[in-house]
Amino acid sequence: MEGRILEVRISVNGVDHQSDVEPRTLLVHYLRENLSLTGTHVGCETGYCGACTVIVDGRAVKSCTMFAVQADGASIQTVEGVADGDELHPVQEGFWECHGLQCGFCTPGMIMSSIALLEENNDPSEAEIRHGIEGNLCRCTGYHNIVRSVQYAGAKMRGESPQGASQEVSS
Amino acid sequence: MYPPNFDYVAPATLDEALAALAASDNAKVLSGGMSLIPLMKLRLVRPTTVVDISRISGLDAITDEGDHISIGALVKHAETASNALVAEHATALGQAAGATADIQVRNQGTTCGSIAHADLAADQPAAALALGATMSVASVRGTREIAAADFFVDTLTSALEPDEILVKITIPKGGKSAYRKLGRRGGESDYPIAAAAVWVDGSNGSISAARVAVTGVGPKPYLASESAAAIVGSSGSGEAIAAAASHATDGITVLEDLYGSVEYRSHLAKVYVKRALEDVLA
Repeated sequence: MEGRILEVRISVNGVDHQSDVEPRTLLVHYLRENLSLTGTHVGCETGYCGACTVIVDGRAVKSCTMFAVQADGASIQTVEGVADGDELHPVQEGFWECHGLQCGFCTPGMIMSSIALLEENNDPSEAEIRHGIEGNLCRCTGYHNIVRSVQYAGAKMRGESPQGASQEVSS
Repeated sequence: MYPPNFDYVAPATLDEALAALAASDNAKVLSGGMSLIPLMKLRLVRPTTVVDISRISGLDAITDEGDHISIGALVKHAETASNALVAEHATALGQAAGATADIQVRNQGTTCGSIAHADLAADQPAAALALGATMSVASVRGTREIAAADFFVDTLTSALEPDEILVKITIPKGGKSAYRKLGRRGGESDYPIAAAAVWVDGSNGSISAARVAVTGVGPKPYLASESAAAIVGSSGSGEAIAAAASHATDGITVLEDLYGSVEYRSHLAKVYVKRALEDVLA
């Protein structure tokens, strides 16, 4: 059957967009294909891996398990919108400094989940970080440095001097 | 992975939503979509109309209603997990909501949606059973109430009719409750391999009433009535808890999958009933 085409108005990274979408268009495909924002990745497409995580109205959600029509009227932040010009977001800087990415596929989702976590609590314990990124899978098994990247970002966001790669633990 | 196409409506009122459901012979209710959208992608359900209830006002509250609390259809898992009224009066439900999936899912999915979906291994249905919740259901034909004990009919099958919406659940105050779980990825992560929700009431060291619910073990979340019977009238001693736990799978067809054999799951059911009872009787 043909679903009706619907008009949605969605703000993405501070820019208002007005688009026509099919009801079945998933938010991740809307971001990648309608808006050419390909930083948000399509991973498992089942809601497990979290590579597609974006922040919708302040809360981290999996954009592969949300229809674009559900986001009508919402404000969305994607990984393209977290840096301030050429200045990396503290979480991006943390991933850079602490080698928080290996292949990089999970990284956009990891960054968005970590930002949501740190905006709620900028001094999480290691257990809280691991719990907070529980919905993001890294198949390079790089969790150790991802956790350290989030710790780095938390320190930076608290105004402290973060510990970077010089403290990296070899594995 | 696109689902087949469908017509989408997002009514502003409950009456409009109920009318939209009644007007179609193949409509599904969408709130957070954490269960429905994966099923649609897999073509396990192919609704011709999706009725998004998330824009209806007045369904998103957790309310103190005197001798009970109510949780509206649009209350998300994350809110149930962090709400003070739930923590005080429906502890097991708050714990089960906090143990549901991961933060992205808890930010989007709803407590009532999880209950309406009736997955055989979902967390919150077990808490609803143990707490003696009542489901308030609406359709164009009127409203009705369904006791939790009558709500979970079979695997992925609740007592809801296709044209009905679970508008809210109400939970009586009183007693103490707890939820304990072993998730598929260890700790509380992912669906439970086995989990238990328990509720007990009583005074002067004697338990006057109890309910024990188990999820992840059989074809649906269920009340382990023999476990409850074994703890009622006791002082809640270690022996009484062990006796109650020993009946956790009585009369149940225990399922197995790659996460656990029948023997292992049956063992875990007893362990998690014991731990949940210890939480409320310590």
